[in-house]
Amino acid sequence: MRERLEELKVEALEQLSSVADAKQLDELRVKYQGKKGKLTEILRGMGGLSAEERPVIGQLANEVRDAIDAAVSAHAERFEREDTERRLASETIDISLPGRKLSRGAVHPLTRVIEEIEQIFIGMGYRIAEGPEVETDYHNFEALNLPKDHPARDMQDSFYITEDLLMRTQTSPVQVRTMEAMSGEVPVKIICPGKVYRRDDDDATHSFQFNQIEGLVIGKNIRMSDLKGTLLHFMKELFGSDTEIRMRPSFFPFTEPSAEVDVTYKKKGATEAGWLEVLGCGMVHPRVLEMSGYDPEQYSGFAFGIGVERLAMLKYGVDDIRHFYNNDERFLEQFARQ
Amino acid sequence: MKVSTQWLSEYVSIEGVTPEQLAEKITRSGIEIDEIEQRNQGVTGVVVGYVKHKEKHPDADKLNVCTVDVGTGEDLQIVCGAKNVDAGQKVPVAVVGAVLPGNFKIKNAKLRGVASQGMICSASELGMNDKLLPKDQQEGILVLPENTELGLPITQVLGLDDAVLEFDLTPNRSDCLSMIGAAYETAAILGREVKLPSIDLIESGSAASEKVSVSIEDESLCSHYAIRYISDVKIGPSPQWMQNRLMAAGVRPTNNVVDITNYVMLECGQPLHAFDADKLGSQIGVRAAREGEVLTTLDGQERKLDPSMLLITGNDTPAALAGVMGGLATEVTDATVNIALESAKFSGSSVRKTSRKLGLRSEASLRFEKEVDPSAVIAALDRAALLLSRHASGSVQHGVVEQRSGQIQEQKITLSLSKLNRYLGTDISMLEVKAIFARLNFKCGDSAQDQLEIQVPTRRGDIMHDVDLIEEVARIHGYDQIPTTVIEGPTTPGAYSKSQAVRYAVRRRLTSGGFHEAITYSFTRPENTQVFTAFSADSHAVPLAMPMSEDRSVLRTTLVPLLLESAQYNRNRKNSDLSFFEIGKVFHASEQKVTIQPIERMMLGLLLTGNRNDGTVGAASRKVDFFDLKGAVESVLEELGLSVEFRADAPDGFHPGRSASLYLKQAPSQRIGVLGQLHPQLQRDYDLDDTYAAELCLDELYSYAAPEIEYRDLPRYPSAQRDIAVVVDLSLEAGKLIEVVRQSAGELLQDVNVFDVYTGDRVASDKKSVALALTYRHAERTLTDEEVATAQQQVVQALEENFAAELRK
Repeated sequence: MRERLEELKVEALEQLSSVADAKQLDELRVKYQGKKGKLTEILRGMGGLSAEERPVIGQLANEVRDAIDAAVSAHAERFEREDTERRLASETIDISLPGRKLSRGAVHPLTRVIEEIEQIFIGMGYRIAEGPEVETDYHNFEALNLPKDHPARDMQDSFYITEDLLMRTQTSPVQVRTMEAMSGEVPVKIICPGKVYRRDDDDATHSFQFNQIEGLVIGKNIRMSDLKGTLLHFMKELFGSDTEIRMRPSFFPFTEPSAEVDVTYKKKGATEAGWLEVLGCGMVHPRVLEMSGYDPEQYSGFAFGIGVERLAMLKYGVDDIRHFYNNDERFLEQFARQ
Repeated sequence: MKVSTQWLSEYVSIEGVTPEQLAEKITRSGIEIDEIEQRNQGVTGVVVGYVKHKEKHPDADKLNVCTVDVGTGEDLQIVCGAKNVDAGQKVPVAVVGAVLPGNFKIKNAKLRGVASQGMICSASELGMNDKLLPKDQQEGILVLPENTELGLPITQVLGLDDAVLEFDLTPNRSDCLSMIGAAYETAAILGREVKLPSIDLIESGSAASEKVSVSIEDESLCSHYAIRYISDVKIGPSPQWMQNRLMAAGVRPTNNVVDITNYVMLECGQPLHAFDADKLGSQIGVRAAREGEVLTTLDGQERKLDPSMLLITGNDTPAALAGVMGGLATEVTDATVNIALESAKFSGSSVRKTSRKLGLRSEASLRFEKEVDPSAVIAALDRAALLLSRHASGSVQHGVVEQRSGQIQEQKITLSLSKLNRYLGTDISMLEVKAIFARLNFKCGDSAQDQLEIQVPTRRGDIMHDVDLIEEVARIHGYDQIPTTVIEGPTTPGAYSKSQAVRYAVRRRLTSGGFHEAITYSFTRPENTQVFTAFSADSHAVPLAMPMSEDRSVLRTTLVPLLLESAQYNRNRKNSDLSFFEIGKVFHASEQKVTIQPIERMMLGLLLTGNRNDGTVGAASRKVDFFDLKGAVESVLEELGLSVEFRADAPDGFHPGRSASLYLKQAPSQRIGVLGQLHPQLQRDYDLDDTYAAELCLDELYSYAAPEIEYRDLPRYPSAQRDIAVVVDLSLEAGKLIEVVRQSAGELLQDVNVFDVYTGDRVASDKKSVALALTYRHAERTLTDEEVATAQQQVVQALEENFAAELRK
């Protein structure tokens, strides 16, 4: 019996040493260690052994079984490892193929600029006011100190609908409407973004439809220095904290004193920042205050107006204003960022 | 206004200030200087020479060999090709070593074998603008006046060492449409004195009133009309210095009389007109034109006149369009002997209307339109008369013949120092304020405590209120000196209004879903207001009175056609996969003929066309369909916390079987939107592929929108899901099925979804199978199978009863 066990061990280990795959391994395991396997078969004959022999043979049998077990598990592990490796190899993908992106659309660049400015002024305690795009002559001109035969009111320059109605040529009528609605209450602190229309032949820098943002503050003791402080803060927020501004005297019928504002701005490729004109502003003309129900002896205010297209062109380096209105997908797509 | 610094320095010293510095100072004080033009384009070493002899070149017909004296004592031999060169002329000579514009250096040369020691120059070779040269100087060499000093640098003779500042004037600063006005401005900025030109006139002969009379019919159109009579003028060229200044100002010299009127206009800002007195007639009138009258103006055009135009007449015959242009018949010519010189103040709006109507704008009309200084009328007249006596040897007859209404008065305005400082945020002293007004040449009264009375010169018609004076102080003091401060007083909260917040949220939702925001024009073609009439059916489109083109002649009534045109634009550029939205206003008038402001509605438009995915590996692209659009609309509404109903009622412009209207659950009678596939006919009209569009009226949503998030506790007990499939009529809307499921399932039903719709071989051809997933849940306990089964039973029964639905096993 001892010999048979020894032989079995040699035979089994030899067969196991050349096992090719998991299936064959399992067959060998069954062949030797299964219920009907060779080892079991031999051990069944243990009953015929003497009491002295039995422990000796028993121990030997255990050794044989352990040796086979060890060989089987070693191979099993190897096969599993190889199997895993094969699977991983077969599952390898070409990571250079394109990913599937989350889709994102673009907020229109003009809206982006308007929203950015709105956020700055909301942070400074302003409300956003709105008004009609078809305006009365009174709100668009007369209440802004442009009386009937003022040269700036030429029919040729505006889109009239009737003698008394026109497409607003500026967002300033929203000032007037806000003052009327506030009926003498202070403080007034608003900005009004919106579309305006002027009869202009379209070219790279002119569009008959464009956007403005108007600002208006009225209160007791509003000073020109407040206007300067407000615009400096605004421009620093918009163009960066090292931005500086300067004011130059100018003329608008609805403000006095009036000013043009230049900011320091570094053009693409320029080594040094230069001055660039960005907006017009001034102290609200007393006649404008008066016409909208504010006593100019008691209250003062400032107003400013800024062209959105021009800012957007500067900010993004767009060289043709018409791009904003063509809605070319290849143009819009470039603004698809938060 | 072109301001020659050389000319300017006659009225105010600009010593020690370069043209660039001056331009910067003026710009910073309120008048933008657009450009500084150097009149000398690079001329050096050109001097005045005298042509002693002229001989034909031995070998060239067109060349002459000239002997030229340039005052050095040594004659030069110069070969010249100009036709007009002749012995006895004074000419500009570029001697050897001279440089002409374009860095053209003059060297000793040989022309066809003959040595030439320099070059006789034409005006354009000296870099002068052809268009501004007198007609006789536009060709050939420049022939200088006989009395020009030999050897003098030509730059001095022609006044070329001059920088011209281009004043870009705001409408209020018409006072600077004159050299004297520019001088007052410069003087104020530099703190220097103004020297006014001489008007020491010597009158002679008889009284002008014996020669002419003046009468104004309507003084509201002409408040002052004045004539001086100058006899025995000799027409000829004006002096070189005057021509130089005119050219610097961009005016072409003509003859001494015309040049003098132009010169004085540029100097004083007061336009003048010289009539040939013998052609004009003795009775000069100012009146409105009569219907049917005509006048041939100086430019040779016959103008039809109407009663809105103001005329100057001679013996009641139209002679000139007041303030706009003179008449040809009374023009000053070489034969003119006596001159009636006009200076007047015409109403600005009258001149503007006439010049607009006739499309005639002149230097004169430009100045009258802005209202000339009433004090300048006589001053300019006298100044011109003086110059005519000096440079046209005229004799100025005694007196001015004039009619005027009212007196010239300088306005007095009281300025409060405390208001000034409160207004500007500054701390300027009374002394400084007075000093500033002294610089401006405004007279100040005595200051009483805080108050100062300022007398405004008539040349500054733009100054009417104390705030105008405050601006004067601020700009001379320097806007840079105004500090930056923060608004005082209570702080105010800033925020978007609800409607603004809604639009912001809609934008974010759509862009995060891949939609690009478009902005289209508010003006469109009339055809575009006839389609997609869901919101405009009861209203009228608003036409522009004077559109720029038919394509942009009416205000849009819907966003959809404009989005379709954008799609077309993109399609033509091979961008065929589009997801666009626009938020903007449309305009609906309640009346056919608009008299009141139209209703402006804020709309949201959406457009989808092309393919959904761009076809990367593993994500095959597919065409967009109705449900992509519907999902986008639903996502937007969900974002706003709104629930809606879709009703298949075939809105205008859409495919009747693939479109719907939207109604808010909270306000089910009000249509808030439409969506669908573009009607095939329109799809052809707009030349598009399958396109889907939606339009929602945002104004209707604002009050219902609830953008705030409402949190619900998470469920503690599991749900039970049951799927059923029922066979129903093909035409039955899934929405109806769902409605009945909701009604019949009882309170345990939490959600129901359609997850499949089948038509085909396994059901009858007029039937479809709809698969529904029902989710049941109880908030406080786990459901039993029996409860769920009962609910399911109720559902199946209700579907059978309502729709004769058959349960598919």
